[in-house]
Amino acid sequence: MSYLGMVTEIVPFTAHNGDKGQANYARPTTKEKVGGVVLIHHMPGWDDWIQEAARKIAHYGFACIAPDLYFREGPCSPDDAAARARAKGGVSDEQVMGDVAGAMAFLRAQANSNGKVAVMGFCSGGRQTYLAASTLEHVDAAVDCWGGRVIVEDPADITPARPVAPIEFSAGIKSPLLGIFGNDDPNPSPKQVNETEAVLKKLGKTYEFHRYDGAGHGFFAVDRPAFRVEQAKAAWEKVIDFLDRTIGPRARFS
Amino acid sequence: MCSYIVEKVALYGSAKGLSDWKTVDTAHVYFDHPYHAPLDHALGIDFINQANGGKDRIAVELSAETARELVKAITAALDRGEMEHAGLNQY
Repeated sequence: MSYLGMVTEIVPFTAHNGDKGQANYARPTTKEKVGGVVLIHHMPGWDDWIQEAARKIAHYGFACIAPDLYFREGPCSPDDAAARARAKGGVSDEQVMGDVAGAMAFLRAQANSNGKVAVMGFCSGGRQTYLAASTLEHVDAAVDCWGGRVIVEDPADITPARPVAPIEFSAGIKSPLLGIFGNDDPNPSPKQVNETEAVLKKLGKTYEFHRYDGAGHGFFAVDRPAFRVEQAKAAWEKVIDFLDRTIGPRARFS
Repeated sequence: MCSYIVEKVALYGSAKGLSDWKTVDTAHVYFDHPYHAPLDHALGIDFINQANGGKDRIAVELSAETARELVKAITAALDRGEMEHAGLNQY
């Protein structure tokens, strides 16, 4: 069962290069030690969806920090920050990895931490999750939800902000990796998902990939046409179970 | 998927937000997950004043279908208006 008590608030955290960032920090009001999740938002930024997802993860008994990766564009509303970041070509991989590392340190510094931290992200955040799992130290688990451009097929997708194809760094993955994908998604396509799995398998990595028929990109999003209730419910159960096994045990209401 | 495409076009004109008119000199046009519209992907246009720092924007998020209708409407209005103002349409 879920944990019914929760506190959520906006907190400062030390981000890349020592910058002072802001994040949504949601956690169950249990006295037990819990694992933590760094939740990486998608390109539209620190939107209502990512706040809901952070609360959902806390609802299931984990601490969750969702950093605002566009805080340097503010102070302003999250949508304006996203527009400003987009106009600049998006935030750099280097900066995001620094921000994620800072958010991980924030979680481990809390009194409720069991010391274990996962990284999870959606869409571009899924790509960044794959990169974090491949290049950051002390990642205990990773959840890539339909991260596109892990495999780069179009050279135009290699940019100054995103100078690498994350797949090239797969050998660096040290933690279990969960992948959630829709079979109707063009990016990552089922072919790309298969190719990513082949790389992980060849390297002997610990991974679980779950593919869903009748679902496309972003099928968790309850406020978009892409939402698929059955597939989303099933996949969320996979996510919570995976986190329970890797960074848990999660707090449960009893 | 999240796209990183931004088409930028220089403009000359003004745009009105909730209350005030503002000079705009640039539009950023993109097609990606919207922030507000209940769509998987939307055509976004941010009207900004780059010369004034470009931080404030007047924004729209439109479905692909209606954005294409808007393009047609803009072209049609320009075609008719330019002809009329040039005195080429005599009714």
